[in-house]
Amino acid sequence: MENFFLFTGVALFALMLPILYRIMAGPTAIDRIVAVNIIGTKTTVLLVIIGVIYGRVEMFVDFALTYALLNFIGSLAAAYFLGRVNPIKHMASATPGEKSR
Amino acid sequence: MYPIAIFLLLFGIWIIFSGQFDPFHLAMGLVSALFVTLISSSFLFLDRDRSAGQRLGEMIRIPGYLAWILYKIFQANLHILKLALTPGDLKGVEPSMVKVKTNLKTDFGRYVLANSITLTPGTITVLMEGDELLVHSISEETDAGLRDGTMEQRIAEVFERGKE
Amino acid sequence: MIIPAISAVLIALGLLFFIGGAVGILRFPDFYTRMHAAGKGDTMSMFAICLGLAVYQLQDPTPAHILVAMKILLIALFIMMTSPTSTHALIKAGFIEGLKMWRRKDRKEKS
Repeated sequence: MENFFLFTGVALFALMLPILYRIMAGPTAIDRIVAVNIIGTKTTVLLVIIGVIYGRVEMFVDFALTYALLNFIGSLAAAYFLGRVNPIKHMASATPGEKSR
Repeated sequence: MYPIAIFLLLFGIWIIFSGQFDPFHLAMGLVSALFVTLISSSFLFLDRDRSAGQRLGEMIRIPGYLAWILYKIFQANLHILKLALTPGDLKGVEPSMVKVKTNLKTDFGRYVLANSITLTPGTITVLMEGDELLVHSISEETDAGLRDGTMEQRIAEVFERGKE
Repeated sequence: MIIPAISAVLIALGLLFFIGGAVGILRFPDFYTRMHAAGKGDTMSMFAICLGLAVYQLQDPTPAHILVAMKILLIALFIMMTSPTSTHALIKAGFIEGLKMWRRKDRKEKS
């Protein structure tokens, strides 16, 4: 079972790499923030798995919780900041039927 | 009555997360839970005119809703997996924007509805203004389930019973 | 014997859904469809893996282990509440910024 957890951790880390590509190549800033958010969620899980491997879950669970909180607040702050950019452009580019205001 | 409930909730969370039962840690938890209750007890449970019985009924019905939504999330993931792993020209992906009207009254009910739409197969909430939702759906077959309003009925049954 | 099996199945399921989310986020054509992969794949796979780890903690049910399992479940519940919220906040920011929606070229318009 130890080896299985080790494999899970390595596989999670390997799955972060394609998302890193999205961070580097993402066409818009929000794409990048979404990718960072996903990597944050994966890191939360990875922290718990590291805790299980080392046999210190009760300590690493607290780290994971803190990380999840920071991740949530960070992405909310980024969304708030980006959502305020340039309302005039938003009004001009609105097409009837798709936009609601 | 509500501040006491919030205090008990915070203290329970403290006990679970600290995991130590010696008097020092319990006293610290007591003090900090009391402090947080004093400064911010008006942030939680904004709808104060509901009776305790109604709240209790909500609490009993929430796990059933959670189980149902978990099943829905499972279906959504199978759908995403199928779409993502289809080789070739992304056959099933036909995005469109749909407008939906909701009859839910409370803010919390609407919050749950928006999050549930995000988590069910093929749809995601984009904007929410008053009682209108703008929903992005990824393929034609999945946004049919949105219009018949079964999810709304379930949410109304759980969170808004006895409220017109 | 049965508890490690359950937890292994749950963790494998979570990994499978993570693969779905990662492939989706690479392949889907525009921002909105990528958010579908991100929001859903993340939530379910995180929940499955956390549930698997919590079940694994119950192998020898001492009070300390049960407490740890409850903590892991609380983390899972917390992310399950916050992940759709942040997805919604980000997609709203993208919509307000005016990102265009990808449409299939040969698609006929709904009347």
